[in-house]
Amino acid sequence: MGETTSRPAVTENNTIVIDGRAATIGQQRNLLEVIRSVGINMPTFCYHSDLSVYGACRLCVVEIQGIGIVTSCTTVPDPGMVVYTNTAKLRKIRQITAELLLASHDVSCPTCPKTASCKLLELTTRLGVGTVRYRSKVQKLPIDTSSPAVVRNPNKCVFCGDCIRICEEVQGIGALDFAYRGSSIQVLPAFGQGLGEVECVNCGQCANVCPTGALTVKNDVERVWQALHDPSKIVAVQVAPAVRIGIGEAFGLAAGEAYMGQISAALRHMGASYVYDTAFAADLTVLEEGTEFLNRVRAGERLPQFTSCCPAWVKLVEQRYPDMLENLSSCKSPQQMLGSVVKHELVKELDKMPGDIFVLSVMPCTAKKFEATRPEFLTGGNPDVDAVITTLELAQMVREAGLDFASLEPDRLDMPFGFKSGAGVLFGATGGVAEAILRFAGESLTKRRMNINQLEFHQVRGLKDTKEASIDFGDVKLSVAVVSGLAAAQRLVDDVRAGRRQYDIVEVMACPGGCICGAGQPPLKDSSARVARQQGIYRIDTMLQMHKSQENPYLQQLYTNVLHEPGSAVAHDLLHTHYRPRRRTGAYGADLPAEEDYSEGDIIRVEVCVGTNCHIRGGHDLLHKLIDHIDSTNAGHLVDVSPTFCHELCDKGPTVCLNGEILERCTFEEVAGKIDRELKQRANRSSDATGAVQDER
Amino acid sequence: MTVVNLAEIAEKTRQRIAGISYRVLICTGTGCIAGGAETVYDKFIGMAGAIPGIDSVEITADGCKSAGTGVISRTGCHGLCQKGPLVIIQPLDTGSEEIFYCRVTPEDVPEIIDKSIGSGDVVERLLYRDAESGRVYRSSREIPFYARQKRLALVDCGHVEPDSIDDYIMRGGYAAARRAITQMTPENVCDEIIASGLRGRGGAGYPTGRKWQAALANSDDIKYVVANGDEGDPGAFMDRSLMEGDPHRVLEGTVIAAYAAGAGYGYFYVRAEYPLAVQRMRRAIKKARQAGMLGKGLFGSRFDFDCEVVEGAGAFVCGETTAILASIEGKRGMPRPRPPRTTKRGLFGKPTVVNNVETLGTVRTIIEKGAAEFRKYGTRSSPGTKTFALTGHVLHSGLIEVPLGITLREIVYDIGGGIPDGGKFKAVQIGGPSGGCLGPEHLDMPLDFDSLPRVGAMVGSGGIVVIDDSACIVEIARFFMEFTQHESCGKCIPCREGTKQMLAILQDIVEGKSEPGDLELLVETADVVKTASLCGLGGSAPNPVLSTLKLFQSEYLAHVDRRYCPAGVCVALRTYTIDPSLCKGCHRCSMKCPVSAIEGDKREIHRIDVAKCTKCGICAGLCKFQAIAAV
Repeated sequence: MGETTSRPAVTENNTIVIDGRAATIGQQRNLLEVIRSVGINMPTFCYHSDLSVYGACRLCVVEIQGIGIVTSCTTVPDPGMVVYTNTAKLRKIRQITAELLLASHDVSCPTCPKTASCKLLELTTRLGVGTVRYRSKVQKLPIDTSSPAVVRNPNKCVFCGDCIRICEEVQGIGALDFAYRGSSIQVLPAFGQGLGEVECVNCGQCANVCPTGALTVKNDVERVWQALHDPSKIVAVQVAPAVRIGIGEAFGLAAGEAYMGQISAALRHMGASYVYDTAFAADLTVLEEGTEFLNRVRAGERLPQFTSCCPAWVKLVEQRYPDMLENLSSCKSPQQMLGSVVKHELVKELDKMPGDIFVLSVMPCTAKKFEATRPEFLTGGNPDVDAVITTLELAQMVREAGLDFASLEPDRLDMPFGFKSGAGVLFGATGGVAEAILRFAGESLTKRRMNINQLEFHQVRGLKDTKEASIDFGDVKLSVAVVSGLAAAQRLVDDVRAGRRQYDIVEVMACPGGCICGAGQPPLKDSSARVARQQGIYRIDTMLQMHKSQENPYLQQLYTNVLHEPGSAVAHDLLHTHYRPRRRTGAYGADLPAEEDYSEGDIIRVEVCVGTNCHIRGGHDLLHKLIDHIDSTNAGHLVDVSPTFCHELCDKGPTVCLNGEILERCTFEEVAGKIDRELKQRANRSSDATGAVQDER
Repeated sequence: MTVVNLAEIAEKTRQRIAGISYRVLICTGTGCIAGGAETVYDKFIGMAGAIPGIDSVEITADGCKSAGTGVISRTGCHGLCQKGPLVIIQPLDTGSEEIFYCRVTPEDVPEIIDKSIGSGDVVERLLYRDAESGRVYRSSREIPFYARQKRLALVDCGHVEPDSIDDYIMRGGYAAARRAITQMTPENVCDEIIASGLRGRGGAGYPTGRKWQAALANSDDIKYVVANGDEGDPGAFMDRSLMEGDPHRVLEGTVIAAYAAGAGYGYFYVRAEYPLAVQRMRRAIKKARQAGMLGKGLFGSRFDFDCEVVEGAGAFVCGETTAILASIEGKRGMPRPRPPRTTKRGLFGKPTVVNNVETLGTVRTIIEKGAAEFRKYGTRSSPGTKTFALTGHVLHSGLIEVPLGITLREIVYDIGGGIPDGGKFKAVQIGGPSGGCLGPEHLDMPLDFDSLPRVGAMVGSGGIVVIDDSACIVEIARFFMEFTQHESCGKCIPCREGTKQMLAILQDIVEGKSEPGDLELLVETADVVKTASLCGLGGSAPNPVLSTLKLFQSEYLAHVDRRYCPAGVCVALRTYTIDPSLCKGCHRCSMKCPVSAIEGDKREIHRIDVAKCTKCGICAGLCKFQAIAAV
């Protein structure tokens, strides 16, 4: 036995040997995880623990005794395996791979937005790639700046596919995919359009996972400096709850600590006139959205009510579930509420024009950049929020201003919009909006004050993508769901639509873990940072004096002086909005034929919409049934049935265009009946005509 | 459930053709069609009434039905495509030899009818004539091209009517499937195939029976069989010929494979560029379904199986096992890492057997005649026969089927008839664009699944390109690199970027722009591409470069060190010089030189300014005294 195998004797069950050291397989999913678990930092581009295994970058290659060279990410660790991670052959593979990538990479590191976290740069440095011996013929492709949230620079792409997989697997959107092949390969939105023209919801998770500068968050710092340096502008800043928790990591500080005071100090140093807290508007949202919800319950209107704080989620509903728009709360997001209220109030207080006030948002989010540009959020042509920068962009400004962030003397926030309850801060984590609303709805429904022990709803906390809770408030039982990640959200919505699940209120956040893990935050070093950020949010709630939005005294004052009561006409004007169905792609619309194309006696044209929304509602089925029907009646020469794309009535699908007239919510019987009647009429007309001719004879 | 009585169908067919005295077989393989076979066929049909024994013909969906004792049939490929269009006059009653006509045109048809059908004479000018010996052959059997072959998969190709299931059944078709399904357990079938030693004909040579067994061992309710007909190699047409010429044989093999693996549904993934193969496979499936050979409860058993044709998506990589599955699923045709093997998790996540078309085309013979009979051909580790597409600098190119273990010499010289035009054998590229090159020292090496990889080549898809000494080996390597680079899917870094850089280096070498260290970099890169690529395409893409570098290192060095192409192929490396002893100073060259690179007064010896010369070669062509030559 000993002669035939050279395995060291140390291997036990569930153990392998890595570079001569024993390692426990444990619960690790693949060999790469085992190798990393023993402290060997195996380089990868395409491996991401939250995504499916792709096996394309080939950097995690190892040599296994008796098997040869394989990628560790795709290998299941077998007990007794003898693995080498750093042989001469493996070093050569990694070095050549890095050298090859550099040869076709647009190397412009000093000006690249990803320099600080670029994996290609790190890899090249680590592997000691001295020179690039290959022919470097980089043909520059145009940079896609069509999106307000994400910039796509194809010249820096390494084609690891992380962006494609996170968009598809975690967000369920699929806005990006590979196009072309071989060395001409590109990562592109559908039909080569810009990211801003397709169904991208601007969540920015692609930019977050991108290992290089191929996908980066749109940088708006320059516009902000301009405003700060413009003496005619009054800059009012709002800071979202998650920003104070995330920014520390950008300066190498521990994850989960809050730095609101330092943020305020930095912003003031840079020239901001007012520093407010978006959590104040979160409190406002709780009252408005909670009241809307209670009204729905009382009036027996459509439930569940979906939250509308997350602009990525809102865009998804507009695109994919236009018939569910009624279920979306009509509340603006806290960012837009605060922008609207701040401008409304400061204009009065300072006797200025709305254009003189520059509202700057600091957000953990890239979709907020898109939200601020929506036409719904213009007041008299003036945006409620003028610019949105991310946590990382703020960190960049702090550095540019030469400030040592950690040692800044914490500064206060401005009143009244700097005051918040703990509930408002909870908005930063998944489950937070639901919990804040429960703290409000509970008191409203039971008409009793909830004491401090009743305020924490642990069922909706935690990092699971979908959480459910059923909570008794006296006679009323509320069924709540909390979901983060849009793929999970779509699974939940599909279940709700199919009647498999029923809820009263559903909180949706696009980014897994909620806003604390938004794409504007520093990249997560590991999964422990996500937990730490979440704990940080709950710690702030614990430390604040007030935990219920309805107890925020400045909020009560705002209602007394301006808004009167939740859901009032003024509140609706300032704090609510309305969303409309949205097409998923800008190009390739169906040109509807003009009516005069159909003179009498022409072929009957039947165009059945097979766009995604109509397809879901049976458009394809309808098309095939109609074709079969026409075939069976031998009327193929009189009727032309064809598929078409979007009539832009997605919530009323399936739609059919019958001789220029658009029919909504079509059934086969209805359309077939109409065609048959039309055929009959024409047959009658033509027999009349022949009759007339015969009479003349 | 339909219980098909094969014997009855065969008997009926036999009776129907009992009165037939002869058949006119017109090859309508793709090669012959390109040569005009359809017009030849039309001419025969047009003259039907004037053909002895044929009173009239009727064209149906099943082909041509004639009234009388003669039959006109379109068949699949006979293999000798270079000599097409081929027409065979096959007497059925007299037992006399067939007559094999080459390069037939419609104008020849009246003469053929007149002599060969009417009076039993031959049209001698249309017979096959050996170029060297001048000998004329009446029957295909004696022609050296065929004499050295052994046809198992292609046995009926060119004889059976592809669109007629009755014809196929009459030749014993579907009896093997019936035997397997009604008399053998799936385990028995796997065992028989394992005993035969059949290895995948798609290139990798994985034991077919083991693959089926692995799928059978999975207890999933749903399993699939996929026939890989995505033959993407330039110059290869084995699978195409089989699907076009004998589609039912492939289908029968698929039914048997499905039974052995426990699969209920199958897909034929056929290149969309093979419209005829797609059409014939579709018809075969339709007819087999009508006849009860597909559907529920086959041959009275409880085994259900049906299948369909899926047209390929137009990428070479879609022939890769996992990419083909992605493509059928409607996804981008990109390979995924294995394991898990497809027999564990394949199409739509279900256990799937993916077999090459030729492998499936071989199955019937093994079940019919037994593993032992199959093992009579080939070698111990590579039993049986293999089809190859023989092309390049060889006298007889075409489709051949030979026992594995045959030597390259036999293929090139005996079957292929050697190198034409007095050329000298230099190398063969075997196994498609990602196969490897073999040189003169390999001429007597037996070709099989194990010997080829040892010298850096592979059986691969089975393309054999013969290269004579007029070709530049670096340019050949560059050409194949260009193909694989273009067909790389782009998923993994070594293949996507590595092949691109290898091509760039080779391009520079043939253009005389190489730099010191390029050959070392080429080898270094090739090694990484070979070991680190995700799938077989990248893993084998460097083969042509690595094998030629080994065999013809001096030729590479000549290009790099001396900027000289020994074969004189690489234009950029040519240097035109004027031999002073031959130059008469006639001015002819200097007047026509497009860049005025030739200097010299009238009646003085001219000379070429190398710096100005663009190596167009016009001067060499003009010189009446052969004074200008490229070196």
